[in-house]
Amino acid sequence: MTFHVELDEPRCVASGQCAVVAPDVFDQRDDDGVAVILDESPADDLLDDVREAVAICPAAALRLVEG
Amino acid sequence: MNRVVVVGASAAGLTTAEALRREGYAGGITVVGAEVHLPYDRPPLSKQILSGEWEPDRLPLRPAADVDALGLDLRLGVTATGVDTAARTVATDTGEQLAYDALVVATGVRPRRLPGATAHVLRTQQDALALRERLRPGRRLAVVGAGFLGAEVTAVARGLGCEVTLIEPASVPLAHAVGAVVGEVLSRAHVEHGVDLRTGVGVVAVHPEGVELADSTMVEADDVLTAIGSVPNTEWLEGSGLPVADGLVCDATCRAAPGVYGAGDVARWDHPSFGVSMRIEHRTNASEQGLAVARNLLSPDAPRPFAPVPYFWSDQYEMKVQAYGYLRGHDAVEIVEGDLAERRFVAAYRTADRLAGVLTVGMPPRVLRTWRNAVAGGAPWRDVVAGPGGLAVV
Repeated sequence: MTFHVELDEPRCVASGQCAVVAPDVFDQRDDDGVAVILDESPADDLLDDVREAVAICPAAALRLVEG
Repeated sequence: MNRVVVVGASAAGLTTAEALRREGYAGGITVVGAEVHLPYDRPPLSKQILSGEWEPDRLPLRPAADVDALGLDLRLGVTATGVDTAARTVATDTGEQLAYDALVVATGVRPRRLPGATAHVLRTQQDALALRERLRPGRRLAVVGAGFLGAEVTAVARGLGCEVTLIEPASVPLAHAVGAVVGEVLSRAHVEHGVDLRTGVGVVAVHPEGVELADSTMVEADDVLTAIGSVPNTEWLEGSGLPVADGLVCDATCRAAPGVYGAGDVARWDHPSFGVSMRIEHRTNASEQGLAVARNLLSPDAPRPFAPVPYFWSDQYEMKVQAYGYLRGHDAVEIVEGDLAERRFVAAYRTADRLAGVLTVGMPPRVLRTWRNAVAGGAPWRDVVAGPGGLAVV
């Protein structure tokens, strides 16, 4: 089973919470802090961190989708 | 355990339910929500919704299909009216008794109001749409309370061409929260944007024609918004024996009593690393605490303390204000990077001999993360004032 990460960029509030809990998968743009996905199809060992990032994103801007 | 009842269907309640499922809990989850809408996000109400940039269809926290997939017994438009902790049941205004093995209290807060005529408040979708309908070029809006909510609404209303009077009883807006120096800088932005800022004057009452101030003047307005803080929704817990004192009182693991947990704006808990009982009305905390509650609820024999680095942000005019940590009750503030006058700075807050928090305006993400880590690690103040080089050892 594979997963990919989706970011609804206009929702992002640049909190950077995702980059804190899953730094291998998320970063932030230098100019405005908006999230950047480094790895759209993270390996299994990163999925727990990604799920945590999805859960705590204060803008509900992230989704982890199967397939 | 087979029956979890979550009272409150906003960010904290939904996150709890989602996390229970993710952690493998397959039993029943009943979520009771007083509002009729699917769980939705509140920060955009005073930003994109009020400005007209977004319509309410963008507010749901999750697509309806994602909520469906959780297999919840979702009771929207239903209000919990009481709880019997001995029988382990929650009573609702529809006359039901919902049995639980574990209860999550996530009923949030409601706006405090002023005596007198009806004024706008801003907490729900309906509140935001009702106010938005009234904000037209040239209309006069009086905003009572220059906290973060009042400041955001003021900025949006100016952007829409309204004449805004911003009234604040304290002599410096936000001084109690962020200190006088930072409060002064943030409030100056309002004046530069043509806001009539009235500080150091109390409000007596709201009248149909405007706001009556303690110095006997009347601020005439077409509409009045009161943004003077919130009250936790705990009345339904009265008589339950659950500890309530400005919120549901929980221990460090967010547990209020056997099988009863609190999450989000309504929950007060002992933060282990800051060593204070805190109740935080930040959007980020709602999700983080919901997550923590779900985990502790499923592992009652090995609960983990909830020790987040609190975070909030506020958008006002061109400024993005971001803060990490616990600023309230700080002993000193120091500008450690940037320049106040340019509204591009990091303000560090000292409590006792440690860095308790930072507030930043217009700083890049890498700088923020360095400071967040310093707050998370409880950096000694002497390292903070030594500058970035001092923090490198954290």
